[in-house]
Amino acid sequence: MNPSMPPVAELVGVTQRYGALTALDALDLAVRPGELLALLGPNGAGKSTSIGVLLGLVRPQSGQARLFGRDPQDVASRRRIGVMLQSAALPATLRVGELLRLTASYYPAPRPLAESAGLAGVDDLLTRPYGKLSGGQQRRVQFALALCGRPDLLFLDEPTVGMDIEARQKLWAAIRTLVGEGCAVVLTTHYLEEAEALAQRVVVMGQGRVLTEGSVDDLRGRVGMTRIRCLSDLDAEAVAGWTHVAAAQREEGRLVVTTAAAESVLRRLLDADTALSELEVRRAGLAEAFVELSRQDREAA
Amino acid sequence: MDATITMSPRRVAGAYLQEIRSECLRYLRAPSFILPVTLFSTVFYLMFGVLLNHSGSDASRYLLASYTTFGVIGPGLFGFGASLAIEREGGLLTLKRALPMPPGAYLLGKMVMAMGMATLVAALLLTLGLTLGGVTLSPARVLAMLLAGAFGVLPFCALGMFVGTLIKGQGAPGLLNLVYLPMAFLSGLWLPLSMLPKPLQAMAPVWPSYHLNQLTLAAVGMGQGALWPHVLALAAFAAAFLVLAARRLRRVG
Repeated sequence: MNPSMPPVAELVGVTQRYGALTALDALDLAVRPGELLALLGPNGAGKSTSIGVLLGLVRPQSGQARLFGRDPQDVASRRRIGVMLQSAALPATLRVGELLRLTASYYPAPRPLAESAGLAGVDDLLTRPYGKLSGGQQRRVQFALALCGRPDLLFLDEPTVGMDIEARQKLWAAIRTLVGEGCAVVLTTHYLEEAEALAQRVVVMGQGRVLTEGSVDDLRGRVGMTRIRCLSDLDAEAVAGWTHVAAAQREEGRLVVTTAAAESVLRRLLDADTALSELEVRRAGLAEAFVELSRQDREAA
Repeated sequence: MDATITMSPRRVAGAYLQEIRSECLRYLRAPSFILPVTLFSTVFYLMFGVLLNHSGSDASRYLLASYTTFGVIGPGLFGFGASLAIEREGGLLTLKRALPMPPGAYLLGKMVMAMGMATLVAALLLTLGLTLGGVTLSPARVLAMLLAGAFGVLPFCALGMFVGTLIKGQGAPGLLNLVYLPMAFLSGLWLPLSMLPKPLQAMAPVWPSYHLNQLTLAAVGMGQGALWPHVLALAAFAAAFLVLAARRLRRVG
């Protein structure tokens, strides 16, 4: 990744309104060559609309969208991208190999079919009709279609929904291979561990704007949260009211406390419940950082 | 940055061919499409044109023309309309628009598929008519029937496409039948127009199927008057629905 290179995709001051709802609010967003950018945010934050504008599905009402310096609605600019959308009901009666051949035909210099199939782990499915595949297999096929054109930029919208852990990790490995080849990736995901595992840069969106951006470590550091997990009879709601406690709830029978001042909260916890056991303390993951950032945004609004 | 990604004309042509091939294959393998489209008109013709008529009668020839019209409309309305409505809902159309598919390939693929199916329906009906129905037609007339089938489907593709932009998903076939069956009746495809009440007879030229029926009747040698007004009317229907559908697609996606 070289920050001095022009971005492969960018939105400049894009505003998009649907009636009274502002989906994108003068949004600026740039994807640099070869980087893996994760777009995070709650539903309605504007992730899907941003992707729709970048793919040329929606023409921006104001502002500009560019793909490789061109209008995304120009088919030539899209010959360098690959796409995996959240839901796409592909023709059920076509075989996987036929779908791959069709999609590859749209591109000037696609990968050989066997290579695409191998990368996405669908080599054993090529002669199967798409409609007979399981949900996870269908997602893998959609991933194969996204990468078959040898794109310089890949859009992955919630790629691992419906996959089991093993399939998800295989897909992550394939994404890393593609990034290693110099392909930039824009990833939207609800699984924060996915962004944590893959992303070089994270953009957190809310209400059509960029709330914050940076590396995973940056983001975690910025909120400086710690997560305390333990077996305890203490009332989660009462603990949530303690000073320095950002959040407290029960998860799978355990008390989970998020705090920026772990030492003092721990002391109080141990004092309050002498029977407390199975104590775990760790730096907050992106999930907690993300909850905290969204909360700060709501309070500011 | 190298922003100009050019594609050789050969590869672009290849993409169009792949799209057409895929569209044809997927429907040939879908019994829920093939069976109603081919059986509706052929079974009706067997019952009313063959079993209930004397072999070789004028009625048998007349019904061959009108059931061909009826049969040809199906692939246009359903191949285009129902599939567009379902693909708009299922996200396939969105994916295709995001991919670098050459412009128009999606519609071209469906159009060629519908033309192929319409020709197949016409060929099946001709086979029944020429064998069991005892109809005799010169090779030129047989060819005219097949051509009427292949090109006559186009205005109904456009009509189907328009209906497909009005409704999303599985509701489309129902709505299409609400267009298909009354239109067939009102343009004299089931009963000769002369048996319908006068106001309905006068209204018949409103329906594109009436004009296609005049062409298939002429193809079996039962035409009346000049053909060009009917060809013109069909072309106008096709253009009008295409414009309406394109406008709605641009607006609602």
